[in-house]
Amino acid sequence: MHELSLVANLFDVIERHVKEHKPKAVTRVRVQLGRMSGVVPELFETAFDTYKKGTPAENAALEIVVVPVKARCRSCRRIFRPTPDAFRCPHCDSDRWKLLEGTDIVLDKIEIEI
Amino acid sequence: MKRGTPPAPQTRAGRPAVSRARRKEILVREEILGTNRKVAAELRKRFEARGVLAVNMISSPGAGKTALLEALADRVKDRFRMAVIEGDIETERDAERIRRKGVPARQITTGGACHLEAKMIGKVFPTIPGNVELLFIENVGNLVCPASFDLGESLRLVLLSSPEGDDKPKKYPEAFLSADVLVISKADLFPHLPFDAARAAREALDINPKLRVFVVSALTGQGLPEFVDFLAARLAALRHA
Repeated sequence: MHELSLVANLFDVIERHVKEHKPKAVTRVRVQLGRMSGVVPELFETAFDTYKKGTPAENAALEIVVVPVKARCRSCRRIFRPTPDAFRCPHCDSDRWKLLEGTDIVLDKIEIEI
Repeated sequence: MKRGTPPAPQTRAGRPAVSRARRKEILVREEILGTNRKVAAELRKRFEARGVLAVNMISSPGAGKTALLEALADRVKDRFRMAVIEGDIETERDAERIRRKGVPARQITTGGACHLEAKMIGKVFPTIPGNVELLFIENVGNLVCPASFDLGESLRLVLLSSPEGDDKPKKYPEAFLSADVLVISKADLFPHLPFDAARAAREALDINPKLRVFVVSALTGQGLPEFVDFLAARLAALRHA
């Protein structure tokens, strides 16, 4: 259950943008969670709702976009989506690939009221 | 709680005036763990500048991280100067176990947090003796959360003990995906368990083909010489880089 510390980190980033833009309020927060970032969206949401109280994002709506895992095969160069059960290139069966996305936790954008 | 809408002021024409509150979107595109990653990158530089091989150990509670460190202490102590940073939610117990082996140990108690973060390591690193070559960071026992936090380590090690079952890698892929080394521990229990070490290794390698796999027993010493040689080689590589 590290979602709360992730949300604390999220608010550090939000805070920086609040300082810069000095909005009346933050109204929306959009976060991208990699399918393999180790984050449970429901727990992230609960942590967000707990943490936002008393912050400029007190009434902000949280939008979570789950980003699927994407990899590029190092043999045939094609892009595919590995799953825990099939960590091989479906095109050429190679197990040599590079992860492109699906493991990060990103604050994509915020909407503010000015 | 949604904020109530105040009554809209009327214009002379009788239509509601456009509210002066404007909404604006700000594109941020920042990694939430960017700060941790930055602190970790600085730590990595500090470790490397001092010729320290830092090893981040991740596993479920009870997989045998501390037992492995105790067994390593007996074999490594005369060859390399080692130290341990222990992460636990509470108590100084693990650090005491390591100190009894004559190895310097610092305990971080997270007071509830399920993982260590780079800034915690940055805080205790200055108290680690300056001549240390091998620094083990024993993370909080948890196979999920610690995987997200870079600690500036040169080597990430994930431990899987035989009683946990050989099907864990695909159930907890994040930890195996980010690791450099898989240590399958408690090999002395193999005869008593339906544990297939080859399957566990295969599952982990499916996720992360670059993993180096070691099968060890802290109790009998099985596999430890190979593992120590591997650490020695990595340390030498780091020092000659």
